[in-house]
Amino acid sequence: MTLTTPSALDFLDYAPAPESRGILSLREEYGLFIDGEYVEGHGTPFATISPSTGEHLAMMAAGNAEDVDRAVAAARRAYTTVWSRMPGAERAKYLFRIARLVQERSRELAVAESLDNGKPIKETRDFDVPTVAAWFFYYAGWADKLEHAGLGPDPRGLGVAAQIIPWNFPLMMLAWKIAPALAAGNTVVIKPASTTPLTALLFADILQQADLPAGVVNILSGPGSMGSAMVEHPDVDKVAFTGSTEIGRGIARAISGSRKKLTLELGGKGANIVFDDAPIDAAIEGIVSGIFFNQGQVCCAGSRLLVQESIHDEVVERLKQRLTTLRVGDPLDKNTDVGAINSASQLKTITDLADAGEAEGAVKWSAPCVLPDRGFWYAPTIFTGVSTSHRIAREEIFGPVLSVLTFRTPAEAIAKANNTPYGLSAGIWSDKGSRVLAVVDRLRAGVVWANTFNKFDPASPFGGYKESGYGREGGLPGIQSYLTTGPTDAVTAAKGSTK
Amino acid sequence: MTSQIPVKAQNAPTDRAAEVLGGPVSDTSLRRYLEGIPGVDAVGLEARAASLGTRSIKTTSKARALDTIISLIDLTTLEGADTPGKVRSLVAKALTPDAADPTCPRVAAVCVYGDMVASAVDALGASHGLDTAPGGINVAAVATAFPSGRASRSVKLADTAEAVAAGADEIDMVIDRGAFLSGRYGEVFDEIVAVKEACRRPDGRYAHLKVILETGELNTYDNVRRASWLSILAGGDFIKTSTGKVAPAATLPVTLSMLEVVRDWYRLTGERIGVKPAGGIRTSKDAIKYLVTVAETTGVEWLQPHLFRFGASSLLNDVLLQRQKLSTGHYSAPDYVTID
Repeated sequence: MTLTTPSALDFLDYAPAPESRGILSLREEYGLFIDGEYVEGHGTPFATISPSTGEHLAMMAAGNAEDVDRAVAAARRAYTTVWSRMPGAERAKYLFRIARLVQERSRELAVAESLDNGKPIKETRDFDVPTVAAWFFYYAGWADKLEHAGLGPDPRGLGVAAQIIPWNFPLMMLAWKIAPALAAGNTVVIKPASTTPLTALLFADILQQADLPAGVVNILSGPGSMGSAMVEHPDVDKVAFTGSTEIGRGIARAISGSRKKLTLELGGKGANIVFDDAPIDAAIEGIVSGIFFNQGQVCCAGSRLLVQESIHDEVVERLKQRLTTLRVGDPLDKNTDVGAINSASQLKTITDLADAGEAEGAVKWSAPCVLPDRGFWYAPTIFTGVSTSHRIAREEIFGPVLSVLTFRTPAEAIAKANNTPYGLSAGIWSDKGSRVLAVVDRLRAGVVWANTFNKFDPASPFGGYKESGYGREGGLPGIQSYLTTGPTDAVTAAKGSTK
Repeated sequence: MTSQIPVKAQNAPTDRAAEVLGGPVSDTSLRRYLEGIPGVDAVGLEARAASLGTRSIKTTSKARALDTIISLIDLTTLEGADTPGKVRSLVAKALTPDAADPTCPRVAAVCVYGDMVASAVDALGASHGLDTAPGGINVAAVATAFPSGRASRSVKLADTAEAVAAGADEIDMVIDRGAFLSGRYGEVFDEIVAVKEACRRPDGRYAHLKVILETGELNTYDNVRRASWLSILAGGDFIKTSTGKVAPAATLPVTLSMLEVVRDWYRLTGERIGVKPAGGIRTSKDAIKYLVTVAETTGVEWLQPHLFRFGASSLLNDVLLQRQKLSTGHYSAPDYVTID
């Protein structure tokens, strides 16, 4: 047994394999995209940086209430004169065209997203951008079939939709919002998150390329106050928000009593339940992708691992072993599994909660890895000995931190899984189909994965219970929240004609 | 499966298996044990294999990978048309894979039918033996009525013993898939034990035993996992995917599932078992995916000829072309590598 060559033992130190940035040529400055053109904003421009290095990427225009007025007016005009009158089959052509352009420019978008967000290129290349294209293809298919889908008489768009999206899946969330809205016949004013506006403004370029009529989609980068102006704007008919529960609550308050329709997709503290008969290797992979995918900055992350007491030690041991093979580092390297945390403030949230976990007596273990000295980084971490009363078992950490809890019976697993103010996602691992079905039935979560985790499909509705929000995105329900049916409302009709 | 059972590798397989099973080896005890092993989720396994397949191995890593692949190859000829001349040519290729580059490593072994062992040993001369001769390579022989395994026990044992007597260092046996699929685990177990005994040389040392599961006929990953455990319990030194005569032969998910068993066996007993994917691996790109899978499942210490092999015939030349490309910067035509 002496023939091990030194070269083979070094094999795991894969040489750097960086994706080329050459395909992406960034402008120095990006304007707001209003009425089909890039324009200057009335706010103070801000820089967007790469969270993995701190590198300055581009200056972004910032909008304010005045810009929101302009954008909503452009969207209303486009709605009244073009988009609401266009047959569904014609709207579909634009959506198909956008989907194909996203595919054509996928490498460029993936590089931009990894730079601006900090997530690994393997995720943006293999997940985010393909999902974006899939969403446009899927909803393009619905645009001319709404009348035949049993939705009611004369299904049609609501008008102008104000959409606010988060920083964890910037371009994908944009697609989740824009594709159903346009397919249903609405026009859009959308605000990307202030730490990740880059791909949204690159997407504006695609809209120009697709020759989408001016004003149908308006993209405004800017501060939270601009988001409030969008939500409160009197000529907005629909508000869609994905982000924190706190801000979602504020939005619900702000528009209560108005005619505006609302969908909210908020936080989560997903339970990933592993029974003792689980296919163990797949379960370990599912636990890893459940919490370390996108550095755990996922609202439906499986951040609470509920593992049957009889296999707790084995699962934790295998999990730790697996975590030592995760590669943390340069998001543009094709072999990177875990990238950077999106911002300094998010890193602080994660660090504070992890400190609280230690202070409350849970046992912290972090994967041995060398973190880069610049940028925002947090090593993949698991906490064992966590109790349901610990903050790390109750609050959304939104980072690569897993809390491990145990249960003894299915009833206890269900009770613990449901014992959260949230209700977005859950996972079950068991080889026994009847048990999976019985447990799924009693989980209060909008999406439950069985023997897998973090899988998304445009045909599958996604959304939460309780403080995780309301309304569904994806599938037929996803387009229904952008539709109205029945006779034309006289007030709306009159309003439309005066604008 | 968290507690380590102290099992000595040199224990007789039956005693060792009894220790793991917690009682005498029988159809019933084997069934209880093998069917108690956690199941394999096919979707999850294939997804994991696919994700390992996306690793990007470049520049210096690629150079190391290519040399490692060569050193792990069982250069194989298993045709009815094999002749001593063909085997001599194969051996020459095994010893000097790239005639233009003396720094090119040698393969691990040549793999032939039992009646060709003497020719291979003869052609190797002083270079016979991976462990005994400097720069030497092994002779592996397929036995036990390869590839179908449809012969009586006595014929299979004679087949094995003859190959060992002729100088084979390694025996690639096939399991009785019929017995396995009809649940006669004890029969499969006993046969492996008997073949292992037939691998014993007069001096008491054993030829290495590779147990071919023929995963293409076992059909499910759960079966592959159970057959892997069974083969290891019965004393196999290596578990091997396929004969190469049945499609599908080696696939990355099947190999991954076998590596997981080997990893778990090591956790349980501290003993390292080898894995050999065979059949269908033809390109460097594919072979590198296997190296990645080994390194990230069992660890890099498995990337040595005693613990991992590629059973392949055309793979070597593709690796040589890639190797030449790395050193010269451009691709050569296939005529710049030799055929065996």
